[in-house]
Amino acid sequence: MTSAPPAPPIPGALRTAVARDGDTIVYVARERLLEAMTWLKNTPGQEFDYFVDVTAVEYRDRERPLEVVYFLRSLNRKVDLRVKVELNASDELAVDSVCSLWRGADWLEREVFDMFGITFRGHPDLRRILMWETYAEGYPLRKSFPLRGRFSRAEQVRQALNTNPEAHYSMEELSIAEAGGDLPDDMRDRLRRGERGVIPEPPAR
Amino acid sequence: MKRVGETKDVSGQSPNYLVAKFQDLVDWAVNSSRANSLWPMPFGTACCAIEFMATAASRFDFARFGMERQAFSPRQADVLICAGRLPFKLAPVIRRIYDQMPQPKWVISMGACASTGGIFDNYAMVQGIDTIVPVDVYVPGCPPRPEGLLYGILLLHKKIKGESLFDAVRRRDEQPLDEKGLRLAPETIDEISEPFGNSVHQFRSS
Repeated sequence: MTSAPPAPPIPGALRTAVARDGDTIVYVARERLLEAMTWLKNTPGQEFDYFVDVTAVEYRDRERPLEVVYFLRSLNRKVDLRVKVELNASDELAVDSVCSLWRGADWLEREVFDMFGITFRGHPDLRRILMWETYAEGYPLRKSFPLRGRFSRAEQVRQALNTNPEAHYSMEELSIAEAGGDLPDDMRDRLRRGERGVIPEPPAR
Repeated sequence: MKRVGETKDVSGQSPNYLVAKFQDLVDWAVNSSRANSLWPMPFGTACCAIEFMATAASRFDFARFGMERQAFSPRQADVLICAGRLPFKLAPVIRRIYDQMPQPKWVISMGACASTGGIFDNYAMVQGIDTIVPVDVYVPGCPPRPEGLLYGILLLHKKIKGESLFDAVRRRDEQPLDEKGLRLAPETIDEISEPFGNSVHQFRSS
């Protein structure tokens, strides 16, 4: 592999690297992520119009920062690009949401938030997506998370059995269903109150 | 003079003998009807559901055992077949489905994951659905062959035929959740969910 190509004039780009499969990786400063992504999407000659995925990496080496990895593709130019933002675990784990640029980033950012606890500023509906909304054990894909969870199995079963299985609709979906008029009364009540289910406190032993 | 209408001497036998015989007859009729017309409610979440479908299809065909009609509504089902792993997120769902089924109802736990959590000894998976709903027959396997599921169904037939309407011990009663919302005591759940096999080499903290 030849040396890394000269850094493109991406705003906020710190450095570039080449992945093993030949993709270009661009490291971007956290503060200028949205600026860089807007530039990548809208500039003629870049046109990264397809947002493939966003995920995050935490390394076993505690010294290494967490990385938020964005996979972009230009459908016209048939080019891939990876954009990485490095977050120090000691700092606030937050980056700007790119939902305003690619609508499809909505659920992908929710997944990263659910699994890693990384907040996406400006996200329209940042809730857990894989675990239920009242899940209180933490963020499962962090290295500090124990494999079997933090609570005892009995407590996990208790919390799971006490959740409301119908409390996972987004408010937007409920509004649409309410307009249709075929929503059950209790769900409509919940929509009005904005309730999403609360786990009762564990009883004193 | 010999009495014409002389009856058989039953003085040595229990006065409840005829009643008991009648009860046996009723039990036999009721249990045979139930056992031979089980309507399954498939709760398929993983690869076990593929084997379940194979069991339902023509080669193995569990309609031969009175399970012709699969009830995809719990309200018309007799036996809940949990085929596949059960994450904690689905625990309230399977509990609600179980509660919606009319009595009498039975549960078959199909496969290693439904019975014990299987290889998924992690934060997301219920370690055996018997912590959520009472299970009658566990079918081992990963996934079980259709013959295995059929054998489990036949074992369930056997179990049903041993039940009695008149015996409080052998009668099946509703088991609602307690005030904590649990089916079993927390200590029991912890004990059931303990790691075993290769999982013992993984620690909660690692």
